[in-house]
Amino acid sequence: MKTPDDSAIHTALADATFRAYREAVIRLPPDVLRVIQKAAAAETNPVARGEFANILKNVAEAERLGVPMCQDTGVPVVYLTIPPDVSLTRDLYDAVAEGIRKATREIPLRPNVVDPLTRHNTGDNTGDGMPAIHVKPGTMFTVTVLPKGAGAENSSRIAMLLPTHQYGIEGFIVETMLHAEGKPCPPVVLGIGIGGTFDGAAALAKEALLEPIDTMTSYEEKICKAVNMLGIGPMGQGGDTTVLAVKVKTASCHTASLPVAVNVQCWAHRHATMEVKR
Amino acid sequence: MTGKVVQLHTPLGDEVLDLHAGDHVELSGIVYTARDEAHKRMQNEGIPFNASGAAIYHCGPVVQDKKIIAAGPTTSARMNELSGFLLDHGVRALIGKGGMGPKVREHLKKRGVYLAFTGGCAALASSHMTLKGVFFEDLGMAEAIWVIELDHLPLVVGIDAQGNDIFDEVMKHARQQYERYRKC
Repeated sequence: MKTPDDSAIHTALADATFRAYREAVIRLPPDVLRVIQKAAAAETNPVARGEFANILKNVAEAERLGVPMCQDTGVPVVYLTIPPDVSLTRDLYDAVAEGIRKATREIPLRPNVVDPLTRHNTGDNTGDGMPAIHVKPGTMFTVTVLPKGAGAENSSRIAMLLPTHQYGIEGFIVETMLHAEGKPCPPVVLGIGIGGTFDGAAALAKEALLEPIDTMTSYEEKICKAVNMLGIGPMGQGGDTTVLAVKVKTASCHTASLPVAVNVQCWAHRHATMEVKR
Repeated sequence: MTGKVVQLHTPLGDEVLDLHAGDHVELSGIVYTARDEAHKRMQNEGIPFNASGAAIYHCGPVVQDKKIIAAGPTTSARMNELSGFLLDHGVRALIGKGGMGPKVREHLKKRGVYLAFTGGCAALASSHMTLKGVFFEDLGMAEAIWVIELDHLPLVVGIDAQGNDIFDEVMKHARQQYERYRKC
């Protein structure tokens, strides 16, 4: 039976999910905007300069009009942090889904979620396993929404490398962008998961995208430089910046394994976090 | 690239044959959105508008209350095998993102051009658009054919009518760079 407290949590979580989705699709996080502005200022290719001008105009226009910056408002990927006094129940999942349905109607979002085989569209961006919800224990009650568009997600790859082939990690990442060409809407952000298990590496790669992108380790910078020498540029039309940032997350793995996952994210690297106010 | 912006208006004619890959253009007039499902149906049931001089926009917009809310381009390469018949029927411009395959490049020769719009720039696009009508609405919001009037939408000539293709040039260079990288 639902207690009044459960009901309050449900309403608050649905509302925070809705607000996080709206914030994510309309406004870029400040670190993402800074990195794009910096790349735009440094770009030397005239076609690429035009692409950057459109991107920056578009970001301003989305904010001015209060509309999504991209029509591919993605599939809902959601990260919940649950404090000790909130129980993890089915109802939390339902509350997030309710927030997604409201966001679809009111922002509005494009209904993108379909059955994988019949391709039937549910019309409200929810379905079996959608929203994709990842839960972690924490101190604050927060919801993070990472709407993931198809162009970039479709270019993502995973490899089970030989454990002695650490040197092959960078090559696999560069090769991933070579195959992607302009399809994932470069300049991209690359989330890299190294280690864990087959599925774990992919989850790490996606989580890596949530790290601030305006700082990189020397390892991340080295990979970034290697990808940018391809010269694919904004939208695959050539230019100095193919990748804005590389973010790496690692996990321990089997002594005989080296999983590497590359989650590609478009320049419209949209995500937002809201506190669930009870 | 010449540096000047060429003004185009639909219906398009032989003026598109003079464009060069890399040129910046602004397009005004009517365009028709079409993605995978709309292409399939047009192939099977016919084109529901006058294709002569028409421009096709690879786009699945967000539409609310008969207004275009967000309408950036989708990945054109998915329509590589579905575009020939449109050009045969007189379509002069395909608009999208990411470029198209060699088959389309050949098909565009002496016929028309591929125009690229910046992916993800849906709010910017919608500020240049007025919704005029719809075909195949039963295919759903993303897959229907929306009739849209453009007002100076800024585009780049990605593939011209002589077979020049900026996407292909960029990828040729990228593959050379990759080979060089592999060797060191």
